[in-house]
Amino acid sequence: MNLLRWQQVLGVIRLEIRKTFFAKRGFWIYLLALAPVGLFLLHTIIEIQLRHMGRTRDASIGQMSFIYAGIFQFFYLRLAIFFGCLGIFMNLFRGEMLDKSLHFYLLTPMRREVLLVGKYLAGLIAASVIFSISTALQLAAVLAQFDSATISHFLYQSHGLSQIASYLGVTILACLGYGSVFLAAGMLFRNPIIPAAVVLVWEAANPVLPSILKKISVIYYLKSLCPVSIPVDPGMPSLLALLVSNAEPVAGYLAVTGLLLLSALILVASMKRVRRLEINYTTE
Amino acid sequence: MSDRIIFDNVSKFYGDVLGVNRVNLSIPPGITSLVGPNGSGKTTLMNLMTGLIRPTRGSIQILGMTIDDPENLFRVVGYSSQFDSFPKGLSGYEFIYSYLLLYGFDRAQADEFAWRAIDRVGLREAAQRKVGGYSKGMRQRIRLAQAIAHNPRVLILDEPLNGLDPLVRAETIALFRSFAGEGCHVILSSHVLHEVDIISDQVILMSAGYVVAEGNIQSVRNEIQDQPMQILIRCKQPSELAARFFEEDDVVEVRLHHDRAGLLVKTTNPTRFYRSMNHLARTGVGLESVAPVDDDVNSVYEYLIGEEGSR
Repeated sequence: MNLLRWQQVLGVIRLEIRKTFFAKRGFWIYLLALAPVGLFLLHTIIEIQLRHMGRTRDASIGQMSFIYAGIFQFFYLRLAIFFGCLGIFMNLFRGEMLDKSLHFYLLTPMRREVLLVGKYLAGLIAASVIFSISTALQLAAVLAQFDSATISHFLYQSHGLSQIASYLGVTILACLGYGSVFLAAGMLFRNPIIPAAVVLVWEAANPVLPSILKKISVIYYLKSLCPVSIPVDPGMPSLLALLVSNAEPVAGYLAVTGLLLLSALILVASMKRVRRLEINYTTE
Repeated sequence: MSDRIIFDNVSKFYGDVLGVNRVNLSIPPGITSLVGPNGSGKTTLMNLMTGLIRPTRGSIQILGMTIDDPENLFRVVGYSSQFDSFPKGLSGYEFIYSYLLLYGFDRAQADEFAWRAIDRVGLREAAQRKVGGYSKGMRQRIRLAQAIAHNPRVLILDEPLNGLDPLVRAETIALFRSFAGEGCHVILSSHVLHEVDIISDQVILMSAGYVVAEGNIQSVRNEIQDQPMQILIRCKQPSELAARFFEEDDVVEVRLHHDRAGLLVKTTNPTRFYRSMNHLARTGVGLESVAPVDDDVNSVYEYLIGEEGSR
């Protein structure tokens, strides 16, 4: 890509970042991202209060890491980041169609593919910042209930730092993967409910899909990258057990490569679509 | 490189709905007005020119470039559309400046071009205010500033005079003239026919998705042969002159003007009529002036598009 195109990408990012971070219609994304922080904070406050009252429940850091892994996989990845990315990335094109302001971009000497890359990167930056900060705050809230010696031991002698780095990495990769999916969906569908429902079902059905179809799924790669596996309890409901199980885990580097490839393929398909995009606000 | 805007057999359908059909145009530089009733295809034609929509059939070339080449096309094309909406949260200056950066201009150049465009539309004082707080006329002007900021050679303007007060209207028309004077294309649509008449070098009359006439307004009028040309003759003895006109084969109607100081004559052959007027002038009938009265856009529009278009 030549220098002008990079300048254009930066120009689009500059315009989009402000819109994405401060959009009134995106306020709920912050609530979604901060919900688990509130949950963990509340749990920590209760734990500390109980300890002060002498009613210790002795939750170990190991147990907490399993609880965190469960909430991260079930709520945070599958719902918070999923719907957050839906809100951010579907709005990049669809939102501007509704605001009737997309044509200003299309009237500049910029290839539409460059516009798409700029918008995608702007969405990725916004989503990654919002959800990574939330991940970091969640982990801080979880650890806050323990004393400094336990935290220090966990961070430096029990792979705690690498776990934190993995969770942050998975968060960014989730934004990257779901971002590409919902950017494409934003150009194909007017109503976000339809693609959201389809992708949600597809992602949930991942464990029962044939091996080849599993790979066309964001959660398939993300599950393999999560640093803590959730143990399948024999008494667990079968549907939950199915969601937890990772029958065909892939190596970390393969999971990252696979997710990057999947996202790239979706973006290439989006580029083909954006080239034919027409401005017809009256039908929006 | 061609200096024309060329539509080659262009059709656009929105599903089953006709946008424009079989449009063939070759538009030279100067001010060209698109005239026609609502839904006649004016905006569709403009959106096709700028690639915002794609033709179902046919091809479009702007100064030799196609709409599939935005990197070159939009260096020479500026479009002020009818969409009265803006990216949220930007001031007038930020709106123009931010989009100029996408042209590859450095910050200093973008700043200079933005202020120059803002000055040309007279919005300097309001430039730092949010566009959301602008009046309709100001929004119209900031859109115009955005369209001209990169100094395009083809300026496409959809209803550019809507919402402007008379003074700004006159200044804006002068701006269009200065662009046209520099050899640029100014293509505009308007409902105000008398303004179109004053501004335009050529007109494109549209109705129901078809181009019904194009070119210089007088030549378009001359081609409308089923409507006799109306000519106003100012003279001292109109009744006497009227009697002479009844002898002419091509004269289909002669009426005394309401001020009784002239005649309104309808002729099917204006060329021959003017020739016979030359003879008459030599006979001393006291002719003061002879001028056509229905070769303006209003009349041509009325003849070609009719009552339906006037509504």
